[in-house]
Formats: sequence, structure tokens, C-alpha cells
Amino acid sequence: MTQEYRVLLEHADKINPESAADYIQVGGYKGLEKARSMNPKDLTEEVKKSGLRGRGGAGFNAGMKWSFVPQYPETKYVVCNFDEGEPGTYKDRIICQKNAQALLEGMAICGHAIGSNNGYIYCRGEYPFVVEMLKKAIGNAKESGALGEFNIEVRMGAGAYVCGEETALIESIEGHRGEPRFKPPFPGVEGLWRMPTVVNNVETFACLPYIMTNGADWFAGIGAKSYPGTKVLTLTGDIENPTYFEVPTDYLLRDVIYELGGGVKGGKKLKAVQVGGTSGAFIPSQNLDTPIDFDSMGAIGAALGSGAVFVMDESRDIVDIINRIAKFFEHESCGQCTPCREGTFRCKEIMERINTGRGSLKDIENLKVLARIMQKASLCGLGQAAPIPITSTLEHFEYEYLRKLV
Amino acid sequence: MANYMDIIAGCKDKTGGIIEAYHAIQKEYNYIPEEALKEAAKAFKLSEAQAFGVATFYSYLSVKKRGKYIIRMCESAPCHVAGADEVLKAMEAYLGIKVGETTPDNKFTLELTECVGQCQATPVVTINSEPVFNVKPEMVPGILAGYK
Amino acid sequence: MDIKLTIDGKEIEVPQGTMLLEACRKAGADIPTFCYDPDLKLAGSCRMCVVQPKGWRNLVASCVTPAQNGMVIETESSDVVEARKVVLELMLARHKLTCHTCEKDGECNLQDYCYRYGVTESRFAGKVHNLFKDDSNPFIERDYDKCVMCTRCVRACEEITGARAINVMDRGHHAHIATAYDGSLEDSPCVFCGQCIMVCPVGALSSKIAAGQGKPAQNDKVMTTCTYCGTGCTFELNVKNDKIVGVTSNRDAEWSPVNKGALCVKGRFGWDFVNSPERLTTPLIKENGEFRPASWDEALDLAADKIKAVKEQYGPDSISMFSSARITNEENYLAQKLMRAAIGSNNVDHCARL
Repeated sequence: MTQEYRVLLEHADKINPESAADYIQVGGYKGLEKARSMNPKDLTEEVKKSGLRGRGGAGFNAGMKWSFVPQYPETKYVVCNFDEGEPGTYKDRIICQKNAQALLEGMAICGHAIGSNNGYIYCRGEYPFVVEMLKKAIGNAKESGALGEFNIEVRMGAGAYVCGEETALIESIEGHRGEPRFKPPFPGVEGLWRMPTVVNNVETFACLPYIMTNGADWFAGIGAKSYPGTKVLTLTGDIENPTYFEVPTDYLLRDVIYELGGGVKGGKKLKAVQVGGTSGAFIPSQNLDTPIDFDSMGAIGAALGSGAVFVMDESRDIVDIINRIAKFFEHESCGQCTPCREGTFRCKEIMERINTGRGSLKDIENLKVLARIMQKASLCGLGQAAPIPITSTLEHFEYEYLRKLV
Repeated sequence: MANYMDIIAGCKDKTGGIIEAYHAIQKEYNYIPEEALKEAAKAFKLSEAQAFGVATFYSYLSVKKRGKYIIRMCESAPCHVAGADEVLKAMEAYLGIKVGETTPDNKFTLELTECVGQCQATPVVTINSEPVFNVKPEMVPGILAGYK
Repeated sequence: MDIKLTIDGKEIEVPQGTMLLEACRKAGADIPTFCYDPDLKLAGSCRMCVVQPKGWRNLVASCVTPAQNGMVIETESSDVVEARKVVLELMLARHKLTCHTCEKDGECNLQDYCYRYGVTESRFAGKVHNLFKDDSNPFIERDYDKCVMCTRCVRACEEITGARAINVMDRGHHAHIATAYDGSLEDSPCVFCGQCIMVCPVGALSSKIAAGQGKPAQNDKVMTTCTYCGTGCTFELNVKNDKIVGVTSNRDAEWSPVNKGALCVKGRFGWDFVNSPERLTTPLIKENGEFRPASWDEALDLAADKIKAVKEQYGPDSISMFSSARITNEENYLAQKLMRAAIGSNNVDHCARL
């Protein structure tokens, strides 16, 4: 099994993503129609049954997430997280540019399930052209009547990775600094403007029309049992085919690199691969025969995350790359909680020291302490995940650090 | 050039839409002038300190004057390994400025950015948010010459 | 509905919705905090109050985590202690360590917690900020090189005073407290109430008026009522060698029921006149165009005689009293009583009515 399996991207480049009519011609908006024929509870159950788990990185069961939304409040929100900020990730952009109507349909399906006609798409500030395209797609869908009463407004981020965290994203839509909230309360109960809110990733929403059209069982039967469906991956780094692919979730990491990816660039040997974006673990070549699904990745101490696959060949300097990643987190920490605000900065300092040959064993010890506390005591996922590249490379590539010490 | 009062008035109906207003202001001015920030604070019922806190939180917003073209060099890991540092050096040399600075003719501002989501063709530079792909140091003069 | 949980081996009951911090304190645990303030919205950001719920992967900030039925909490486990030490070290790494000359010396949370956990220096020492704000205002010293970014000042400014003069600017490690455009307080909506000083857990914010005259922790404190207006705010006069050297808040609602420690610029900063050599300390009687010192008895007798004389000659309605908002309600009550009962006039008015 080394072929792509395209569901979300089946009609990529064959239909105009702005056009509802194009989408309807290839079977679009049938899922919403079916969803609206069901009562919201059954709809949520159906999505739960499909096993669809969040494609943004946390891997939470989507139907379960919806079921936390209380019924009574009048105003609720469906929010699409399109802030994909994990370096090496552009799959949500691809999904929108190839199949935007599926996202809109998915949001409307969710809207029916939780009883909301208010949708927001929070798109990262790096994609103003996609924002324009989405606005047209929404206008077209509204005009065609496909969305019915369901409204969608697009809001644009402005260069803050942390806004991919759902409560920071909510703060940002509200026009505040993108600082994550403490939880509980979770957005399902108290989200946008303190009203119940479902926040799902672009890819999660875009799966919904297909689940509704083809049935939960069909979806549950694709790929890995505990994380069914397909996943759109983006390949970057030292790879022959630096592009995107949609694969079933039981696809092996080795095949991603050597079959679809065409192997390491220039026929070199692989040193490491980082999956899930810059907060992901570095995976050594001995772990390549792992399926990409959420739980299999977790079992080797890694994470599927956003589905970015960053390949590094044998010539790469791991410490230099980690130094770069440390700088990323120092730049992107919101600055609210102490472990992350100060920790990301000190990690960067220590990494700079080691990378320039001025580090000592003591520095490595201190890095480990810092990493442990950031993971255990930070307020949100950013601070908790920021040390993962450091800890995973200290585990698998410690010699690279040691040879750079004074 | 549109008046910032009109721009803000155009966004006023969006609840919490101060960031939208900032984007619209920057589209005209390339940064958020002080008077515009104060006006936006009023329109969205924030204190000036709060509006300033929002404007300084997001790296794509600027409260300092910038050039006509904002060049952003992506330095995230995939672009880094593809040679972003060399491209940046070439940019600095060609423009005669350092990161964060604006050319004396107010034409270019050079900034660093994290991933811009165009990783199929690294390293990536964006100029007023338009991505330029697979940039090599020797391509820099040619690329920038296209911006008048 | 009450829930049951175990804290450091002790079983306790608390109402549903109680935060772990309160539950832990109820169980006798001493939980250190920076950003927590009972009078302000929760922030959950300093991470000093972390505790360990049994079976949970991560530590939780007790100030923002609701207690759950059946929870088993450890408040000083080795993980908790390590986390608190690291948090302190991270704060120390950017902190200007000038405790010897710091106004907050002796009642500084950072100092106290470092003492408690034996943190003498930081393993993460490196680059430090230069965030001291040379602010020309006469009241509030802003030394952000001592700031721990708890944001209590920002919240107090908004939630207690309503001035919203300050906020966090920039982000990450560069984030710091600032007015709009990082200017001076005088150019901001700041009303110099000094609530920010009151809530600051470290020495980042302090009184310029009281600086160098005695560390508040070492001064005698005399609880009294502010005399500036009739609101009747409670505060503590800081006294050293029989001289007033400052004013600090008493935030205890039982002792300070009117203001819970909040003051205005006059109450907090307008006390230095007390020690002025130009201040009148005895009544003065004018004779032949010259003032001479007199005793209270003599002065009051003279005033009473004159009032009586006016009353006898022109009747009680020829006399009126205008009293001041600077005396208390009780004193104002006595003033009108004096007019109505002793003098027999209803001509009573008050400056606060203007």
C-alpha cells in the first residue's frame, strides 16, 4: 500500500473551490442535507461513531467534543481553527485552496449538531489571499442557498503561533492579545464571548461531509482503527518530493518518505524526521516503520500533530536545527506564564551557547530540568510542547550535543 | 489614501474586530499610526493601553513606521535548512540595512518571520505578504528590482 | 453541594466550585502565589501555586483549578517543589537583586519564597532586561527590572480603579507592563491612586514619596482613617521614630471595610505635610492685626463667646455653618447638632453638596 488515498482532495484542481455549484456537482452538500434530516443528538452520535479525531494535533474525538456543548443557551459558535502555524505545515491551506466548500459544509454540519448558526473561520495572517478566496467561497455558498441559515465570518490572525491554541484563538477573535485562557472552563461550555463554542481544525471539519455522505462505518474503516480516516501530510526538508499527500492513517512513516516522498534528497541517508511541526519529536531512522496515526506516533514518543513531515539527511547538524527551533518558541511564547515566558528564552540562550561551542555538561543538565518543568507546569500546550524537540534529540542524538560542548 | 477614520468605521460593526481594523489600516499605511490606534481604541471601547497591548502582541502588526514594501524572510526550520540565513545576508547586503530596519528611501522594511506556510518551495520570502519561492542569495537583486 | 478531597493526607470537604488553592489553604497547606489576588480576576499565570493531583500527568495551578470530588492532592511533593524552585529561579534570572536598598525588603514574595525553598541563585542566569522606567511622576516608582509579570497591577488598575492606564505590551520574554506607547504615567489615564503599588508582590512598584525613609516591613503601622474626605478610608500610617514616613494599605475587609485597602492619590501620597515645619500646631488668635499662639481652651472660649454675642444681637438665624467633607460623617453629624441644638439655626450646609 504505497498509494495516496484521496478523500478531501479527490477533486483537487478539478473544481473551483469558490464555487458551490462545482462542489455540488461532485456530490457536495449532500452530507449537510443528510445531517439536517437527523436530530442533532443522533448526528453527534454518528460523528462520534465514525471515530473522527481532531486533525489539528490534539486528536480529541470530534463528536465527543460537540457533546460537551450544553443545549440551553441561544447563542453558540462554530469556530474553525485555520491558524496552522506549525512550521512545515500547509495542509489546511491546501484543503481550502482545493476544496473550500467541504470546510464550509463541515462547519454547517457541526452547526446543526450543536444548534448554532454562527460560524467563524480564524485564518492565519500569513494567508490574506486565502482569506479573500474563502470570503468568495462563503458568498457563493450563501447565494446558492447551500448553507441555509448558517453564517460564516472570516477573521484574520496577525502573526502569532500561539493563536493556534483554541482559547488564544478565541481571545484573538474577540480582539484581545492572543493569550490562552486557563481551563476549565473549556470552550465547549464557555468559549467565544463566553458562550459555548466548538473549535475544530480545517481538516476535521472538511472530513464531515464525507462521513455524512458515506456513513460513519465507512470512515471508521479507513486507516488506523483508533484514529480512522485519511490525513493530509506536507513533506519538507531534505526530500525529493517536497509536496503534500493525503494518505490513510495507517500509512507507514517509512513509506511517506521513501515511496510518496521519493526518498531523501540526493540519495543521502536519513538522520531524523520530525513529524507534526516544530513542536514534534525528532524520530530516528530506527523508528520509521511506525504508522502515522495519533496513537502509534504517541507510542514512540512522537506526535502526528499537524501532519508536517520534516526530513533531515545525514549531513544535518541537529543542534543547529534545535537552536533554530528554540528561537522559534522564544519568539512565539505569549509571555503569560512563567515557565514558558522565561523558559523558552533560557532554552534559547542555552542552545545558542551549545551551538556556538560554549556550552557545558551543566548546560545540558539545566536544559533537562527546564524542559521537565515547562512540560509539567506551563499554562498551555505551547509551553508544554516547546521542549519536546530538545528532549527527543537529547534522547536520540545526545552525541551531537556532546561533541559541541567545550 | 483612505482616511483611517473611515477604515475604522468600516470595521466597527465587527464585534471585537480591532485586529481586522488594524489589518485594514496597515493595508493603507503599512503600520498603525498613533492617531489611528487611539481612534481604534475608542471605536472598540478599549483603553489606549489595551489597544497598544494588542497591536504589540502580533508580529504582523507594527506601531512603528515601515517602508512601502515589507520583506519577510522566513527563518523557521524548513527554510533554515534550505539556506534562509544566506538569503537574509544577501538581502541585508543588497538593501544596506539590518533586520528590523527600513531603507532610507522608505521603500523596503526587512523583517524576520516564522513559517508562512509555503514550505513546498523553501526558502520563502514574502513581500507585502506575496510569497516568493525557492529564493537563492543570487536571486535577491533580481527579485527586489521588480518592486518600484 | 459539598465535595470531598484529600490534601496532604487530610480529608476535607469544600463546596462545589471551590478552587484547589482555597481548599489547600483550608487544609492547612501554605501555598505560595504571585499572580493570585483575592480581589482580582484570576490569571493562573505565575505557576507558583502548582500542586500535584494524584494520577494526573501534569501539575495544576491551584488558583484556577476547581477541586473535584475524590481528588488526592499533594502540595509539597518533590515535583511540586522542583517546579516552584525552577519558577523562582526563572524569576531571579531576570530580577534586579538589590534587596538591600529595596523598599519591599522584608515583605517581598520573591524573597520570602526563595528563602522558603532555599533558592540562593539561578541556574538560568543570563541576559537581563533593562526595563527600569524613568518616569518623572512624583508618586510611583516603576522598576520593571524587578517585575515578575504577575499582571496584578494591570488588573487592579482596570478592576479596582477603572483607569486602565497600563497593560502588557509586546509578547513572550519581551512582554512588560506599559502605558500606551510605553510613555509616562502622567501622559496616561493614570490617577496615581497607587493601587498598583498595593498589589505588587515584589519591589517593582513603590512609593517615591516614602522612598528611603524606612522600609514598610520595618515601620510601625498605625491604623487610622484618612482625613481627606468623608469616605472614611482606612489605611496604615507608617511611623518611624515618631514621624510619619509613609502610608500603606490594609486590605483586610474587617479592618478596612470601606475601601479594602484601595486609596486615592491624596490618601496614599498626600501625608508629607504632617511633618512640615510650616504646619500650624496650636490655635492662633489675632490681636491688633497679629497672630499669637493660644491654647485650645482659650481659642474655643473666644469663638463661643463671639458666636453667642452674634446670636444675642442678631438672632440664631444670623449664623450658619458650612462644614467640610474632610471630617467624618460622625463629625458632620455633631456639627449640625451643634447648629440646631446649641445655636438654634437650621442654616447648615456642606461642601460636598456643591
